[in-house]
Amino acid sequence: MSSEDVLNPKHMPHDPEKATLEGKNKFIGFWFFLGGETVLFASLFGTYLALNGSTQGENTPEHLFGLELVFIMTMLLLTSSLTSVYAMYHMKNQDFKKMQIWLGITVVLGLGFLGMEIYEFYHYIHHYEFTFRSSAFGSAFYTLVGFHGGHVLFGLCWIVSLMLRNQKRGLNLYNAPKFYIASLYWHFIDVVWVFIFTVVYLMGKVG
Amino acid sequence: MSTAVAQKRGLGAVIWDYLTTVDHKKIAHLYLVAGGLFFLIGGLEAMIIRIQLMKPDNNFISAGLYNEMITMHGTTMIFLAAMPLIFALMNAVVPLQIGARDVAFPFLNSLGFWLFLFGGLMLNVSWFTGGAPDAGWTNYAPLSTISPGHGVDYYVMGLQISGAGTLIGGINFLVTIVNMRAPGMTYMRMPLFTWSTFVTSTLILFAFPALTVGLFLMMFDRMFGSAFFDVGLGGNAIIWEHLFWIFGHPEVYILILPLFGAFSDIFSTFSKKRLFGYSAMVFATVLIGFLGFMVWAHHMFTVGMGPIANSIFAVATMAIAVPTGIKIFNWLFTMWGGQIKMTSAMLWSVAFIPSFTIGGMTGVMLAAAAADYQYHDTYFVVGHFHYVIVGGVVFGLFASLHYWWPKMFGKVLNEKLGKLAFWPFFIGFHLTFFIQHFLGLMGMPRRYWVFQEGQGLATGNIISTAGAFLMALGTIIFLINVIYTSVKEKKVSGDPWGGRTLEWSIPSPPPHYNFVQTPLVRGLDPLWVEKMDGKEGMTPAEPLGDIHMPNASILPFTISLGLFIAGFGFIYQVDDPTWLIAVFAGMAITLGSMLTRSLKDDLGHHIHKEELEEDIKKGVGKS
Repeated sequence: MSSEDVLNPKHMPHDPEKATLEGKNKFIGFWFFLGGETVLFASLFGTYLALNGSTQGENTPEHLFGLELVFIMTMLLLTSSLTSVYAMYHMKNQDFKKMQIWLGITVVLGLGFLGMEIYEFYHYIHHYEFTFRSSAFGSAFYTLVGFHGGHVLFGLCWIVSLMLRNQKRGLNLYNAPKFYIASLYWHFIDVVWVFIFTVVYLMGKVG
Repeated sequence: MSTAVAQKRGLGAVIWDYLTTVDHKKIAHLYLVAGGLFFLIGGLEAMIIRIQLMKPDNNFISAGLYNEMITMHGTTMIFLAAMPLIFALMNAVVPLQIGARDVAFPFLNSLGFWLFLFGGLMLNVSWFTGGAPDAGWTNYAPLSTISPGHGVDYYVMGLQISGAGTLIGGINFLVTIVNMRAPGMTYMRMPLFTWSTFVTSTLILFAFPALTVGLFLMMFDRMFGSAFFDVGLGGNAIIWEHLFWIFGHPEVYILILPLFGAFSDIFSTFSKKRLFGYSAMVFATVLIGFLGFMVWAHHMFTVGMGPIANSIFAVATMAIAVPTGIKIFNWLFTMWGGQIKMTSAMLWSVAFIPSFTIGGMTGVMLAAAAADYQYHDTYFVVGHFHYVIVGGVVFGLFASLHYWWPKMFGKVLNEKLGKLAFWPFFIGFHLTFFIQHFLGLMGMPRRYWVFQEGQGLATGNIISTAGAFLMALGTIIFLINVIYTSVKEKKVSGDPWGGRTLEWSIPSPPPHYNFVQTPLVRGLDPLWVEKMDGKEGMTPAEPLGDIHMPNASILPFTISLGLFIAGFGFIYQVDDPTWLIAVFAGMAITLGSMLTRSLKDDLGHHIHKEELEEDIKKGVGKS
């Protein structure tokens, strides 16, 4: 049996992402990677918490942040996590078209989030002259939130390239793990944002 | 098959083969050669330091160059010599010990190596472009943030690139050990070297991201004007120390644990006994790994964290002595009553026990926070960590190389030369570092360019320097041994030591698919179990069939090369924005290669049953 036949069985198993050894490796390897990413963001959060009071007397978190925009961003990203779950649900039911549609919706929501974040940064820089270099708080804020934004951007490029690459050939046991770990990555980004929303924005407003 | 073909091909083909290889055994060769080279560079730097400190008020090298020497000696030895040499052993041995045909992610394995190599090259390019990093291997802010020139920038970019490689390697070995074990190879049947690789990889996974963040913050401060460590804008220099040591302390366990595992295998093999207290050894390894994350602030007792924090970290640090003590006793009990064969590998291992124990003892002394105010930043600390790193890691590397050399290259390193290398190194080591404890207690600070006449430090320093020359002599004899062995010694069988674990059940060096048939593991020390049942080799767990193997690829090389180019761009865009071209070009190469990897299917290839049958006829597959 050639690799092609193995990867395109007549009856797809229920968990196509874990049906091959490569898939299993990717699955568990990616979970480990997310463990490392957790330490990465924990370090950034620690740095932020150490420096969020170092505002040099101007542009404090309370003064800067507007919860309305951040609330909409949070809703967009949380919803995009849900839509990526739908996509994976359809992957397990071998409905490739519906999976692509839901992934597409995920990407649109993610783009909306990213656009608003860019607007937010633009706003801070031009209306408040609050930059990466203005204070230690500025450095810590843009680094933490920017690292998250960078992850969102990378995730979007990743999902889009997977969708385009596999558009014609559909689902098989070779690309199913790829779709699955991309969705895991997307959930992780979402979870990190929940912490950013709480620690940076809510605590910034209340504290 | 593969070795026979390789011998007939030209040099260019061999180089191309190594540039693109995803075979864990060849990647082990790459790590060994690169790590060995950096070990010699780091050793040379050490000799220059010792020559400078040979006599009072010496001016063999300038103060600035001295700072560069100590920084590069530490950084090179830890990141570019010890780590890759350990990765060489892991790559050469772990897949064989668990009965696997390759690691879980062969492509990433190759990527990890090339990232490390380009990161290491980047660091060392700094010597030729206006000055190496000079803020110590710990690179404390604000000394590092205000260090003039680009030396520290090279430190930041070089370590960032090679650190990414290490992280990738760690994840790879975790998944390999979780998913790729042969049938019957349960966790509690894994050889100790595999166990310690597993725990070490966990430490890498959770420790390196802290360094990644620390290096990013340092990069932003130095190259993009942020204010993390700039007190004038509200920054806090202590953040660097915390991030560095949250990584740095687990790092020392990352270095020593794999060698603990190797010693366990060596003691058991050359005592002809199963390891004493196997489950206690596993438990102790895991416990050391866990506690390794709880003690980072013991490097910062004098920062002013207060008595409560200092006490907590002091107690946690002392607690690590317990599992380490368990290990020392279990090694002794493994030898007790065994049929001991004093090979070179065993000699290094036996010498390790008292040497490392001295280092552990001074470690407990340093852990007493109140007393540490006296020891801090003196030669006492230098003596302590060289006792654990040289007495533990370097002795362990020499022991492991003697032990696994036949598995990697098919020849046993000459025993006479092996012992001849051991004695000068061993005596030189104690001569160099034992006296440094007393120099420290007498008040000699570390990292100082000169000491003065009439302070009573001259005798101790000349003894220390003499010892360093003996260590250099030992290293040179070892290198001569490597050359002598490859020219003069004869090929040996796959099992020259009367081994106990799976790697000794296959030929040396193994065929590129390792196991013709995946072995069935029936107990701890699986090969020994079969030998005791009167069998010649392992019982196969599967019928003879096609073997699926991964394809070679040049992409890991290009991904790393792109980051190397981008690194220079990041460093020099501070002086001249046109260097941003290098940033974009380098990142384009890296991201483009990654995209290619993602879009192009790589299904691997099969080695067919018929080829395997031919190999078996030729005698491959039996040890």
